Amino acid sequence: MNWKTTATAVGLALLASTSLARADGVLNIYNWGNYTSPDVIKKFEAKYNVKVTITDYDSNDTALAKVRQGGTGFDIAVPSQTYVPIWIKEGLLLETDPGKMENFKNVAPEWANPEFDPGRKYSVPWAWGTIGVVVNTDAYKGPADTWGIVFNTPDELKGKVNVVPEMGDVIFAAIKYVGGQQCTDDKAVLKKVRDLLVAAKPNWIAMEYNTIEKMGAGDFKATSDWNGSALRQRLANPAIHYNYPKEGFGLWSDNVVVLKEAKNVENAKLFQNFIMDPENAAGLSAFHRYANAITGSDKYMPADMKDAPEVVIPAEAKPKGEFQKMCAPETQELYTKIWTELQK
Amino acid sequence: MATAEEVAKAAERRDVRDRWLLSAPALLVIFLAATGPLLIVLVYSFLTPGSYGDVKWQFSPEAWIAVFLERDIFDDTLSIAAAHVTIFLRSIKLSVVTTIATLALGFPTAYFMATRSEKTRDLWLFLITIPFWTNLLIRTFAVLQIIRNEGIINTILLKLGIISAPIQILYTDTAILIGMAYVYLPLMVLPIYASMEKLDFRLVEAGYDLYATRFQVLRRIIFPLVKPGVIAGSILVFIPALGAYVTPSVLGGGKNMMLSNLIELQFGQGRNWPLGSALSIAVMIIVMVALLAYVRNAGKSGVRHG
Repeated sequence: MNWKTTATAVGLALLASTSLARADGVLNIYNWGNYTSPDVIKKFEAKYNVKVTITDYDSNDTALAKVRQGGTGFDIAVPSQTYVPIWIKEGLLLETDPGKMENFKNVAPEWANPEFDPGRKYSVPWAWGTIGVVVNTDAYKGPADTWGIVFNTPDELKGKVNVVPEMGDVIFAAIKYVGGQQCTDDKAVLKKVRDLLVAAKPNWIAMEYNTIEKMGAGDFKATSDWNGSALRQRLANPAIHYNYPKEGFGLWSDNVVVLKEAKNVENAKLFQNFIMDPENAAGLSAFHRYANAITGSDKYMPADMKDAPEVVIPAEAKPKGEFQKMCAPETQELYTKIWTELQK
Repeated sequence: MATAEEVAKAAERRDVRDRWLLSAPALLVIFLAATGPLLIVLVYSFLTPGSYGDVKWQFSPEAWIAVFLERDIFDDTLSIAAAHVTIFLRSIKLSVVTTIATLALGFPTAYFMATRSEKTRDLWLFLITIPFWTNLLIRTFAVLQIIRNEGIINTILLKLGIISAPIQILYTDTAILIGMAYVYLPLMVLPIYASMEKLDFRLVEAGYDLYATRFQVLRRIIFPLVKPGVIAGSILVFIPALGAYVTPSVLGGGKNMMLSNLIELQFGQGRNWPLGSALSIAVMIIVMVALLAYVRNAGKSGVRHG
């Protein structure tokens, strides 16, 4: 293991030498791609005289793996709630105690004390949303508030359905569809899940992330998707509708955390506090098109989001939403096997 | 007293030693850069997966067992890893078909280029290299724009009234093959052209003088002489095609995994780095063995014809 420590030390030394050359007011953000509002960042830079740099990642696993290696030079990351407990457990985060910050009073009560970060010791809400079914109503007019669109595809949509290849999300939906509990390791349920997925796949056209463009161009007529993505699709084509599956749908949230190895801790804390301000939270939402968890931000939200069915969950669908959790590693292994078999 | 001969020998020895010493740093860097990362992959393949990615520093042969055997999660029986075999065969098949397709397109292209006048040859060569100026991903997306349902081909056919509904090309095996053949064609053309350019066309004329048919000339004279180019081109296409990631995902829709996707899954959502490492090494070994067999066979038959 000696080479590993040596390599890390060398990397750290290199990074240290580069950051020494920088000015004082710096903040390095590590966030999902196409997710950070440039306007809000500009405002933050102007207010605190800080130069912000943003680096993209494309998956929770990538971000976790990179930060775990150390020496990244990032101050802030934005992991999903399923991953936050891992980041905490692995000792990657600095306890900034956002629960005591000035703007914390704005955090909506249901988001103030989440299971993944009790008492908000580490994280500040960035965005939250749902995972449901998007259908182009020009192609299919029947009821679409079901995972059956994906797993038991109606004839009109056969060969036109896409599935976003997020293993956890797809297995979650399939488990809900066969009537199981999330993260189940019950073999009887999982067998149903496997059979369901394998039987459903011939009706799918693709398993891709690029839904906004493909739904717009008509390559897909339906897809599993995130709500913000669905909103962008509807704004481009009013026939495209987002549906909350009645079997149960996943809720997710992304959260701003400060890394233990952060070099600009004060700026990072300022940023955490800054985005809990209603106007700034609304600014973030206006860009990434997801809801934020800040009370009072609706005043500043763009008009096309205020009552958007993608953002505001209808009352009748609300009880069906469920926070997705991180499953146990042994369970995850079972899921990977089912996933491999599905895609083989 | 040393004789002149001994002095010369000593000088030569010193010279050789100096050369080695001077090139040692460069050789060392190349050696480490070539073997270092591979060694890490090899070591990782014998470790235990960490709970959420990464590895635990604990010896375990599990990953290697999982490459070849799988325990059914439902009835707990141990059997050959059918999913891995299916994925592996799919990748091999795609590589073979891509190699054949590029050969079928590339051989006539190279012949055409080599039979032009010296001046125009350079122009053709230049045209062949143009695609290399553009990133692979962008070229693949360009193919996507051509074949998608609202793409160029379908729009033209629809406007001309030849078809009434768009033909589904995107997300089929055909789409993957079109993309792969397009992307890897230059890698086939260039080595064949290099051999073809050195071909003595007087031999071809002699063949015709001796009443050989066109096909006989191609099979008995041209092909054996450009064979090194064909072999080099096939290897250059086959190996990267086996690890192709972007083209099958973008044009195939990601429904069916290729080897590269399977390996990527282990490092991402699957969180089994040792299995990913073991799969990578297994693929490398299989490719190496296959290549050695191919080159040896090709060499042997070359002797027989030559």
